Amino acid sequence: MSKNDQFQVQQFRTPLSRARGMGASRHGVSHFITERVSGLALAPLTLWGAYAALKQVRAPHDVVVQWMAQPVNAVLLSLLLIAALVHLQSAVQVVIEDYIERFTTKTALVIGNLFVCVLAGAVGVFSILKVALTVTGAH
Amino acid sequence: MVELALPKNSQVKSGKHWPAPAGAKKVKTFKIYRYDPESGGNPRWDTYDVDVDAVGPMVLDALLYIKNNIDPTLAFRRSCREGVCGSCSMNIGGRNTLACTHGWAEVPGKAVQISPLPHMPVVKDLIPDLTLFYAQYASIEPWLHTDTPEPQTEWKQSPEDREKLDGLYECILCACCSTSCPSYWWNGDKYLGPAALLHAYRWLIDSRDEATGDRLDALEDPFKLYRCHTIMNCAQVCPKGLNPAKAIAEIKKMMVERVV
Ligand code: SF4
Ligand code: SF4
Ligand code: FES
Repeated sequence: MSKNDQFQVQQFRTPLSRARGMGASRHGVSHFITERVSGLALAPLTLWGAYAALKQVRAPHDVVVQWMAQPVNAVLLSLLLIAALVHLQSAVQVVIEDYIERFTTKTALVIGNLFVCVLAGAVGVFSILKVALTVTGAH
Repeated sequence: MVELALPKNSQVKSGKHWPAPAGAKKVKTFKIYRYDPESGGNPRWDTYDVDVDAVGPMVLDALLYIKNNIDPTLAFRRSCREGVCGSCSMNIGGRNTLACTHGWAEVPGKAVQISPLPHMPVVKDLIPDLTLFYAQYASIEPWLHTDTPEPQTEWKQSPEDREKLDGLYECILCACCSTSCPSYWWNGDKYLGPAALLHAYRWLIDSRDEATGDRLDALEDPFKLYRCHTIMNCAQVCPKGLNPAKAIAEIKKMMVERVV
């Protein structure tokens, strides 16, 4: 439907009624804060992650596993993963809301995005913990 | 909604060509968007080769010249012709601005291309339908809200507090900003847009206003406010040199201050 068609169809609603719509949902500031705070947390975590990854590009498998099993590394790695996924989930949701108008499609995508991110987080943290808790001689 | 291509009935075809009169010395071509809803046809680009020797410096001068001397059917809005009424806003050379304060010689390219403000329904030629835009402005209730009984004289305001409204009150509601904002293009029915939000902020920081909380409540919404992604087109095009993006960022800051 072009903009001119919308203009034809909706002309019996007053402009103010269209502008007000269903009113403000009183929701949005927490999403905004989540985005900023996860971004803030990601800054040092990503720097650390990049440094750690660079240091180990050529390392053999068991050395990497040993490194991962260090409590500090396991915790930071989990935090990096969680912060990145929280940030990703918020950002992708904004993109969906920007570009998808149909309620059902939009809702399905927003929920799907949430599920994928939570699943990725659960699998990731479980894997890190599994390595950390099964490798012996790391402590 | 996102529309990356124009719908079939909105595609702009090439239209009439109006050659310059014989003996014209200095010719400039104006390529102008034409649309007449009553004719039922598609919009078209008409080109006018204008002998600009007799034309004033601004794009509006050229439009008036065309209307008076070449083609009286051309429709556009104008009133003050000095950048204070906000009615002659249009897209000139790919940029939203006021026809009355923008010189046609400054427009890059061979022809001066003029179309209505983008992504709005078109009433006719260069006249967009701004009904919703004005209603969005009305929806932020742009007047003083008070519960305290009115004082005998005026509501007092310190010079410092008055200064906070500078850079906001000058807005002439030309809609150049909102119609340059991609977020407004895609979600203009729900997103209030930079102009209305600039005014919302103007009332939020007015020291005399007693409804700051209600005003914030009415804005806290993923669509009404948070569709702004600080793309900054609004600040780039504002012909009055205002910065709606900054005003929006300040509103978002107030929202955070209220909860932390
Ligand atoms: S800063 Fe916000 S309001 Fe301005 S153009 Fe960008 S998205 Fe639109
Ligand atoms: S902020 Fe500037 S561009 Fe936007 S409506 Fe006001 S004067 Fe026009
Ligand atoms: S005619 Fe008034 S702003 Fe251009």
